[in-house]
Amino acid sequence: MHNICEIDLKSVTKIEGDAALHLEIEDDKVKDVKFQVTESKRFFTQAMRGKPVIGLPQLLARICGTCSNAHIIASIEACERAVGVKVTEQTKLLRALTMYALMIRDHALHLYLFVMPDFFGKDSFLEFDENDELEHQLLHDAFEIKAAGNFLAQIIAGRSIHATSPTIGGFLHFPNEQDLQEAIVKLEKIRPAVLRLIDVMKKSSFSLESETNFVALDTQRFDFLEGDIISTTGERIPETKYREHLERVVIPYSQALGFKYDGEIYMVGALARLNLIRNKLHKNTKKDAASALELFSSKNVFHNNLAQAIEILHSVDDALEILKNTTISPEPIVKFEMPKTNTVGVGVIEAPRGILYHRVYVGTDGKIIDGELVIPTGQNQIILEKNIGKLAEKCLAEKMDKDKITFEIEKLIRAYDPCMSCATHFLKVKWTGK
Amino acid sequence: MSEQKKLRVGWFTFTCCEDSTILMTELMNDHWQDWKKYIDFRHARVLKTKNVLDDLDVAFVEGAIASEEQAKKLKEIREKSKKLVAIGSCAVLGMPSAQRNSFDEKTMQEIQPILDKFKQFSKVKKLSEVVKVDIDVPGCPMDPKLFLSVVDSALREFKIIE
Repeated sequence: MHNICEIDLKSVTKIEGDAALHLEIEDDKVKDVKFQVTESKRFFTQAMRGKPVIGLPQLLARICGTCSNAHIIASIEACERAVGVKVTEQTKLLRALTMYALMIRDHALHLYLFVMPDFFGKDSFLEFDENDELEHQLLHDAFEIKAAGNFLAQIIAGRSIHATSPTIGGFLHFPNEQDLQEAIVKLEKIRPAVLRLIDVMKKSSFSLESETNFVALDTQRFDFLEGDIISTTGERIPETKYREHLERVVIPYSQALGFKYDGEIYMVGALARLNLIRNKLHKNTKKDAASALELFSSKNVFHNNLAQAIEILHSVDDALEILKNTTISPEPIVKFEMPKTNTVGVGVIEAPRGILYHRVYVGTDGKIIDGELVIPTGQNQIILEKNIGKLAEKCLAEKMDKDKITFEIEKLIRAYDPCMSCATHFLKVKWTGK
Repeated sequence: MSEQKKLRVGWFTFTCCEDSTILMTELMNDHWQDWKKYIDFRHARVLKTKNVLDDLDVAFVEGAIASEEQAKKLKEIREKSKKLVAIGSCAVLGMPSAQRNSFDEKTMQEIQPILDKFKQFSKVKKLSEVVKVDIDVPGCPMDPKLFLSVVDSALREFKIIE
């Protein structure tokens, strides 16, 4: 009874931040689960109207701090398709590098600072013991990996948060040779640390099997940027048709929207990508993560963590491939004329947490008429809720106490990596019954 | 050896995109060893589960205030903190979270049911409209150099480091 369509207001909310869970249990059975995004809406769908198209990507970056660069790239793609801009091959590679930098730092933040304390029975990653060999290693690995991703973002995109260089038609600044060489050194240096991370994630015993329809973008070089949308059912559709397959589900108690894909609940994100397109990973990743890759395709939701670790390795490997084999030189951005009629553009990319969809309507004055966004965490909200119920029943069957069940549920929510602050330690469980 | 005295810090987030929280975790890449040694994060949802809101030397507050519930929490933080630092554009200026304050009437009608349903203020407020703010660290995200200098000054002022 928890998916009730009652209002249909186009709205965009940031989904990181506060969330709460309401769980009703009766006679050791889960009666109701409500995963609530309680963060205040900031109404970007309304705020974008009337803004000049050239400024839209920077406005929409402010939807989310941690995936801001994904929003910038998705919005740029949507705007470019609306006004008819075709970018250069170099721009495509710089965008791929922007995405790789994002995946490295964002996945590393999630895996080390949010997930790993659960493995070691710690409250916080900063409590890891410098005098313990493994914990010492992981502390240093974490901040080196994050720093390398951050550095790559800075030299390619200007900043790792709300990037300043990517724009409609190309890039505004270009890295110099010294920076590029330094990036190569840093990425090569963290590679062994990433392999250790994959090993730690692979050894995790956390498990919850779930029959789910996975949906991902079939990118040709696993660069998170462009491709048809494919799903476990074998269906293949172009990016522009994605929204037609989605059913918006208003969740009355949550400030976020849920979605169904062709009427079915589904999951997006690293696990979906690994399940569907792992054959596109870089050859060095396939070689050095071979034993971890044998675990895919996987129905274990917790393998989303392992999938993210493998994506960090791929991001390092393909970034190195690009940096070593490409001469990056300054080039002008591709100019565009204002559209002669009102026009629409769709941009779909793989953000760290899954498919991110931007659609924008642009008027002949170059101003935004309207737009719509579909965000990964919204798409995962229904399956997350379902699996929280499933996990709670499993825990109840094993006679766990409330504190333990709460902890188990938090671990599951963190595996979905809903977004920055949700992903970590927020959970307020309101117990009813029992 | 006596135990190292630590700065009692809280990191709080209200209505915003949490870009400064992310930036803080990126600054940690270079400063984590010092912070581990000198800072006691009493309350930081991004870093830990067992958060307590008790006496703080410094509260860093990110985001704008969009509801009475948030205003109440902010006042409680203010009461318990010797210093309160507004972090990032939404906390310092209200924007861009306060963008709905300037929506036209038609757009306001469109969003009003949501505001009513989730008991949101009619206008989003910057922190200084609700409590006294001691230091501003503006920027979208916050200016990292200014933030680090505020942390450094606080470590000296509270005699954590010489």
